[in-house]
Amino acid sequence: MAQVIFDGVTKRFDDVVAVDDLSLKVADGELLVLLGPSGCGKTTALRMVAGLEMLSGGTISIGERVVNDVEPKNRDVAMVFQSYALYPHLSVRRNIEFPLRQRQIEKSERQRLVAEAAETLGLDSLLDRKPAQLSGGQRQRVALARAIVRSPQVFLMDEPLSNLDATLRVQTRADIVTMQQRLSTTTLYVTHDQVEAMTMGDRIAVMNTGVLQQVAPPQTLYEEPANTFVAGFIGSPGMNLLTGRAEGAGASVTVSGGSIALPERLRRAAATLTGATVGVRPESLAIGPDGSVGATVSIVELLGAEVHVITRTDDGTRVVVRQEVGRPRPRIGERVRISTIGDALTLFDPDTGQRIAAIP
Amino acid sequence: MSSVQVAGRHTSARAREALFAYLLLLPALAVFAVFVFYPFAENFKLALYENPPFPGLPSHYVGLHQVSHVLTSTAFSQSLVSTIFFVLMVVPIGLFAGLALAVAAHRRLRGIAVYRLIFSSSIVSSIAVAAVIFGTLMDPVVGLLPWLGINPHPALLENPTWALPAIAVISIWQFLGLSFIIMSAGLQSVPDEILEAAAIDGASAWTRFWRVTVPLLSPTLFFALVVGSIFAFQSFGAIDILIGPQNAAFEHVNVLIYYIYQALQVQSDPGLAAVLSIVLFLITLTLTAAQLRFLERRVTYAR
Repeated sequence: MAQVIFDGVTKRFDDVVAVDDLSLKVADGELLVLLGPSGCGKTTALRMVAGLEMLSGGTISIGERVVNDVEPKNRDVAMVFQSYALYPHLSVRRNIEFPLRQRQIEKSERQRLVAEAAETLGLDSLLDRKPAQLSGGQRQRVALARAIVRSPQVFLMDEPLSNLDATLRVQTRADIVTMQQRLSTTTLYVTHDQVEAMTMGDRIAVMNTGVLQQVAPPQTLYEEPANTFVAGFIGSPGMNLLTGRAEGAGASVTVSGGSIALPERLRRAAATLTGATVGVRPESLAIGPDGSVGATVSIVELLGAEVHVITRTDDGTRVVVRQEVGRPRPRIGERVRISTIGDALTLFDPDTGQRIAAIP
Repeated sequence: MSSVQVAGRHTSARAREALFAYLLLLPALAVFAVFVFYPFAENFKLALYENPPFPGLPSHYVGLHQVSHVLTSTAFSQSLVSTIFFVLMVVPIGLFAGLALAVAAHRRLRGIAVYRLIFSSSIVSSIAVAAVIFGTLMDPVVGLLPWLGINPHPALLENPTWALPAIAVISIWQFLGLSFIIMSAGLQSVPDEILEAAAIDGASAWTRFWRVTVPLLSPTLFFALVVGSIFAFQSFGAIDILIGPQNAAFEHVNVLIYYIYQALQVQSDPGLAAVLSIVLFLITLTLTAAQLRFLERRVTYAR
C-alpha cells in the first residue's frame, strides 16, 4: 500500500501536449477517479503510472520511490484494461496465476492465492474455461482477479466498465467499490462517465485538454465547481451558465433582459465585477409566470420521475430546467419565464471561467 | 389460396435468382473446366496407361501396375527423400528468419517502412533473376565462396552433398519475403494491450514473446508452415536454371516437381509424370486439410 504522487508531470506526443504539468497526490488507500472527456489526458496519466508511457517532464512516485525509470514489472502495480486484455490462450486459472508465475511464487501458495481471488470475484466454477467462453462481465471479473491476486501497491483501472451493459455496469461498480474498501489498496480509476466518478470516487480529479481542473470529493465538485468547465461537466445535465452584467452593487445580474437576484453571501464579491457568469443547477430553476428570464422551449425530455425542459434564452444561451413529472409541462416552442429557487448559485468570472469565492 | 400463390411466386423468384447466379458463374466455370478440371481428371487416366520406351508408339492400359511400379522404384524414393530434405531445410529456416525480421520491423521507428519494403521485396523478384545472381555468387571462379577462401570440390552446385542445400538457400531467400509479410500481419493482430498487461504482470520481454506473442501467433505460424511447405514442394526454377539433368549432382537434387518435368519433357513418359503428379497432389492436399482443421480449432480466440 502506498501513495502515488504526480509532481509537475508533463507528457508530449510530438507537438501535442497530452498531460500538462500535472501535480496530484493520491493518498494511501484512496480511490481517486480521473475524470474528463476523451482526449483529456487521463488515460495517458494512468499509463505513465503503469510505466507504459515515459514522462516528458516531472516525476511520479509510488510510495517513497520515484518510478520514472522503473520497468512496469518492477513497479508493483496492477492494471485493469477497458478491453480486459486477458490472455486468450490461457484458462481463467492460468490467467489469474500469470502474475504469480512471473514472480516465481511456489505452487501451493499460487493455488491458495488463485482460489482466494476466484472466490472473492465468484469465479470458482469458471477456472477451467478459456476467456472466449466467458461473458463480458465474467471476463471483467477475471481481469479484476488477475489484478488483486498478487496484492499490488496500486490498482490502475482504465475505464473497466465501459464495455459492459448498463445493468451490469451498475452492479460491477458497486462490487469494485466494496472490493477496494475491503483491500484498502490505493486505486487510480479512469473514466469519462461522471456518474461512475460521482458514485465511486473518494475524490475526483477532473481533467480537460491535459490540464487538471479540480480535485475534490464528489459533493464539493458538484456544489463548488472550480470553473465553468467543471460546472458544465459534472452533473447530468450540467450546470447552467448565464453570462450578464452585475448590477446594483452586486445585488443582481442582468441576463438576457431578465434579472437574477444574487444571495447575500455573493453580493460583496459581485460588487467588484462588471460582467458575471451565474452558475445554477437545473434543479434550482423553475418555470412560472413570475420568472424574470424569458426563454423559448426547444426540447422536453421525460425521464420517468423528472422532466428536463431544455430552453434557449433570447441571447441564445441553453438553459435546462429540471422539474418533477407532476408539474404542468410546457410545449415545444412555447415562451416561458424562468426563475431561480433558493440561493444555490455560483458566480464565475466570465473572462477566466474561474469561480469567484464569496467575500465574507 | 392466395398464400399458396404468394409462396409459388416466391419460389419462382428464388429459382430465377439462382439461375442468374449460375449464369454469372458460367464463364469462370468454363475456364476452370478447360484448364483445371479436365486436365486434372485426365491426369488420373494417364496414370493408368503405360508408354512404350520408344516414342511414337501408342500407350496401352496397364491399370495400377504403373503406379506400383513407379512408387517402388529407386528413382522415386530417392526423389522423395531429396524433396523431404529440401522442405525440411527451406520451411523451418524460412519461417524462423521471416519471424525474426518481422519482430525486428515491428516497431514504430522513423524509416522502418523502408526496411519493411526491403524485407518483403524477394516476393516480387523473378526466380530467373535470383537464380542467376545466386549462381554467380556460388560460382567456383568468380563467386563469393572462393573470395572467402572456401572452395569445395567438386564445385558447390555440382557437389552431391552441397548442391541441394545451395538450392535450398535460394528458395529460403525467395520464401523470406512472403514469410515476413505473413508474420508481420500476424504480429499486428496481437493486441498491444495484452502485451502491456503481461509487462505489468511481471513478464520480461523474452517471456512476453514466448508465452504471449508466439501462442497468439500460432494460427499464423501454422498458415505460414503450410504455405511454405507447398512453396518448397514446388521449387523448380532454380533447379532448372542452375542444375539441369547434365549436372553431376543431378540425382541428388531431383526433387519431385523437377522429376515430373523431367519425366515428361526429357523422358517423354506422360504415365510416369502423371503418377508423380498425383503423389505431389496428395501431399499438398494433406497439408491443406491439416491446416483447415487446425484453424477451425484455433480461430475462436477472442479478446
